[in-house]
Amino acid sequence: MKKEYYNPEDLKKFSSITEWNKELGEKFFDYYSSVFKEGHLTAREKSLIALAVSHVVHCPYCIDAYTKDGLQRGIEKEEMMEAVHVGAAIKSGAVLVHGVQMMNRHDQLSM
Amino acid sequence: MATKSLKAQKSELSNTQRQLEILSNGIFQNGKLPTFRQKLKEHSLPQIQPQKLSILQINVGYMCNQVCAHCHVDAGPDRKEMMTRTTMEECLTVMETNQIETVDLTGGAPEMHPEFRWFVTQIRQRTSVNEIIVRSNLTIIMANKKYHDLPDFFAENEVHVISSLPFYKRGKTDRQRGTGVFDQSIEALQKLNRVGYGKTNEQLKLDLVYNPSGAFLPGDQMAMENDFKKVLMEDFGIEFNQLFSITNLPISRFLDYLIASENYEEYMHALVEAFNPIAAENVMCTNTLSVSWEGYLFDCDFNQMLELKVASEHSHIRDFNAEALEQREIQLSQHCYGCTAGAGSSCQGSIA
Ligand code: SF4
Ligand code: SF4
Repeated sequence: MKKEYYNPEDLKKFSSITEWNKELGEKFFDYYSSVFKEGHLTAREKSLIALAVSHVVHCPYCIDAYTKDGLQRGIEKEEMMEAVHVGAAIKSGAVLVHGVQMMNRHDQLSM
Repeated sequence: MATKSLKAQKSELSNTQRQLEILSNGIFQNGKLPTFRQKLKEHSLPQIQPQKLSILQINVGYMCNQVCAHCHVDAGPDRKEMMTRTTMEECLTVMETNQIETVDLTGGAPEMHPEFRWFVTQIRQRTSVNEIIVRSNLTIIMANKKYHDLPDFFAENEVHVISSLPFYKRGKTDRQRGTGVFDQSIEALQKLNRVGYGKTNEQLKLDLVYNPSGAFLPGDQMAMENDFKKVLMEDFGIEFNQLFSITNLPISRFLDYLIASENYEEYMHALVEAFNPIAAENVMCTNTLSVSWEGYLFDCDFNQMLELKVASEHSHIRDFNAEALEQREIQLSQHCYGCTAGAGSSCQGSIA
């Protein structure tokens, strides 16, 4: 058993999750590939969204995968970094907006 | 960025035997990944069989004004190998006596060959070859005054120009091909446009080649073409016909890069994973033969660089025999995965 929680080799084995539950695994992968097809959003735009979300959910596998996917699509590093900032801004905004709850609670409890 | 070929650096990888060992050992020996032949078998595909020959790709020499990091030829200013006029005559004889649809001239920078213009005009005058392709790296047109009129020469001889431009932005292009390459390429493309290339004239086709600048596979050819067309038109007013996206094959300088940057295993894994049986049925060695500067015949330019001659007694252009060569067995190794990944890859771009 490996000592690390995350191992880059595991990403290549992702599809093996179907071995323990074929039906749900296959449904997931079907869904996943449909989501990323060209649609009202281009596959390129979806790739950048995926990259931003990967950072927000702290998934090292997804970060590896969508950085490479972006390179393959000709997405530039400046675009990638801007996407990451969008994710970071939403995430920090989500933290900070709770500050209002803190303020409300503070004022409610204070004389 | 290196300024010398692997050969001039006396690098271990300038030895083709060593390259073939690397491609057969390690991950392909310990069963981690299937060899190319095993993969064909897995998909119940027979050994790749040559069909009717239609393209003769002639490599007139390895000299080049550039030393691109990914170059599978290991070309550069220090490479002196050059086809003799006698061998060119032998090629012309084959074109005169066989039905060759297309001649594809490559190098190095083929334009640097002192007999280049003579050879092109002879092909036009003496043979019934329909299409002459020149693989131009673009910067050669700007490199020296004596090359400035190449666009006119190409147009007069109705040469189909296929040019490499790794990206439509300066940064990535210069990282792969050298500082200043992007600006010179843009200027050369504008010159080609001015004499009528890349527009609607069927005789003056200008196609671009995109290949990834790093250890990743090319994206969808059509999407890339749209991006290239949009940006090159908006930023520089440049027009071209088609974009070919080409996968970097793990040989020569690109193999050296993969190993040095510790990307080799991951890259091979990606190639194997993206194996596409439809692409495997259309690989370019099925309708192309490659001729080296010395006149030897190879299944493709990659096999030429690995010194894997055709498996036939007719292995020199002077002994050319179309029927016998169609019966040959194509020499395959793990670099062939580069031709079959995703939408496949050939000198004419995607194949599936
Ligand atoms: S221009 Fe072409 S032949 Fe010359 S070094 Fe670059 S890739 Fe090689
Ligand atoms: S590398 Fe050459 S021999 Fe191998 S599949 Fe590609 S074209 Fe054919």
